[in-house]
Amino acid sequence: MTATKLSKAATHDHASRIFDLDVSSLRELNQALHNLTPGSNETAWEVLHPKGSHSVAVGVDQPVTIDVRGSVGYYCGGMNSGSTITVHGSAGPGVGENMMSGSIIVKGDASQYAGATGRGGLLVIEGNASSRCGISMKGIDIVVHGNIGHMSAFMAQSGNLVVLGDAGDALGDSIYEARLFVRGKVDSLGADCIAKEMRPEHLQLLQGLLDRAGVTGVKPTEFKRYGSARTLYNFNIDNADAY
Amino acid sequence: MTYRNPPTTPRKSATFDDYTLSEIRRAAATGIYDIRGAGAKRKLPHFDDLLFLGASISRYPLEGYRERCDTSVVLGSRHAKKPIELKIPITIAGMSFGSLSGPAKEALGRGATLSGTSTTTGDGGMTEEERGHSKQLVYQYLPSRYGMNPRDLRRADAIEVVVGQGAKPGGGGMLLGQKISDRVAEMRTLPKGIDQRSASRHPDWTGPDDLEIKILELREITDWEKPIYVKVGGARPYYDTALAVKAGADVVVVDGMQGGTAATQEVFIENVGQPTLACIRPAVQALQDLGMHRKVQLIVSGGIRNGADVAKALALGVDAVSIGTAALVALGDNDPRWEAEYNELGTTAGAYDDWHEGRDPAGITTQDPELMKRVDPVAAGRRLANYLKVMTLEAQTIARACGKNSLHNLEPEDLVALTIEAAAMAGVPLAGTNWIPGKNGF
Repeated sequence: MTATKLSKAATHDHASRIFDLDVSSLRELNQALHNLTPGSNETAWEVLHPKGSHSVAVGVDQPVTIDVRGSVGYYCGGMNSGSTITVHGSAGPGVGENMMSGSIIVKGDASQYAGATGRGGLLVIEGNASSRCGISMKGIDIVVHGNIGHMSAFMAQSGNLVVLGDAGDALGDSIYEARLFVRGKVDSLGADCIAKEMRPEHLQLLQGLLDRAGVTGVKPTEFKRYGSARTLYNFNIDNADAY
Repeated sequence: MTYRNPPTTPRKSATFDDYTLSEIRRAAATGIYDIRGAGAKRKLPHFDDLLFLGASISRYPLEGYRERCDTSVVLGSRHAKKPIELKIPITIAGMSFGSLSGPAKEALGRGATLSGTSTTTGDGGMTEEERGHSKQLVYQYLPSRYGMNPRDLRRADAIEVVVGQGAKPGGGGMLLGQKISDRVAEMRTLPKGIDQRSASRHPDWTGPDDLEIKILELREITDWEKPIYVKVGGARPYYDTALAVKAGADVVVVDGMQGGTAATQEVFIENVGQPTLACIRPAVQALQDLGMHRKVQLIVSGGIRNGADVAKALALGVDAVSIGTAALVALGDNDPRWEAEYNELGTTAGAYDDWHEGRDPAGITTQDPELMKRVDPVAAGRRLANYLKVMTLEAQTIARACGKNSLHNLEPEDLVALTIEAAAMAGVPLAGTNWIPGKNGF
């Protein structure tokens, strides 16, 4: 990395490593992030001028903070393991796909497949999320302040999806063991997804998720819980109409 | 003495044959389609319908036991910093842990490593057995993303983005409850004992433009080190190959309909997709039209059984072949020594294909702890290595007879076809003629 491409910012209370994608390439950014080793003191990163770039900060596996100043394209924070990524803009498709741990906060809206197949960590969308939010999720927690589009949580296996607004059609189609909490209306539920009783442990879990996502002024009791009816877990010819 | 009219011999319908009748009765009794493993079993135009010409006055052969005939191949040289170098152009196809037992996966790794070739994970994530015993391991990136994680992605030697497979182009994985052990369930993040119907579409990309972006992401995560393969079922081999190249693939894998599956509907296996032979020339043509033949490598799979098949595939322009079913047979699948137990399951050695039921007498397609003990990974790995060695020697024998000092120097001009169908599909002349059906307007 050349000195001209990187500089220490004096504008923050802690020194932050600034990466300007107008000057440096995506490859250089991701390589620099992958070169981080445990205990590195380069714990704060800033990415300038992302301008919709795909694959910004993918495969990061150190507990650093990355502030992306602008909107990103596909797969921002893909397979994130432990870092905290904040997108100060909107995110394209597949933000936080297959995230393992850490957190990603999107200040704007998110396109399709937000948090797809995510296995852990927390994804917060402060705006709306488009269709297929949380598709095939496998342990991730997703909190959406706004609404989510159709076919969200399709084949969702594990983890929690919290929606403060409304959900589109076919929520939780073919869902497995993920839990869905929606505060607003749900246009329709997908195959094998049903409304479920909100028991004390769910209220407690939900409160914890809201706290972690920095949501205030909203009570867990305002949500409904949805999950699997488990009728499609083993093939039964009498359920063929559901497929 | 009474006169009796001569009887007519009882005549069974060619259309409603015994198999068809049994299937109608089975469907009527159970109300569910037949699910099975393996690939298409129907008779199809295949490599058997091609012959090599060998040497003659105008082509001289190489000495069989003297002159070198190279078998090595490099996969992934287009973009990857660390391409895969194989000693033989025969790889082991993706088969999941879950569909196969741990010892079977280990045996595949051992056999492949002894032979200097690669093995491939499957729709169930990477196990220590196969990573530990496979010198070169291809990690499949599947719609289900079971077990997918960046650590395994980085410790793989190549990544194979699976769009489809020959047995079921357009179908997702299927692993029924009886094979979901605690370990399989944990790797797949699903409850034990449920039927797993994994997705047929990738969750976070659709179409060739997205695929290009997805490949970019995988390259960025792995720092552009790993070769990236794209595997498609034998559906539209010309366009699928061209689109995979456009999306940035280093290697294209085309799997014909004889390619096996762990489990899917019989109707799907037998009626969707094209025979392997029909897929090769369109895929090669796509690479040639793009100026990418031999730059992007082509792997073909589905019904490869011996060195002649390998040589024929390579002569048609393929860089390497992949075997699955044949590798399982080398490990011990469908071995007549278990005939009594096959009979108890209502089948016979050679026909056993209820791999999804997890009761495999040979201990390969099972998660039953007792049955899987029947696979000795060391001995089974040795058998696989022996088999790969024989296939390689066979292919070399043919190549030398055609005067080639490398298997990759075999060419379509070395071949003729026995049938019009095979001639048209392979784009080689019908034996005894100079007629290639479909060429020059005829």
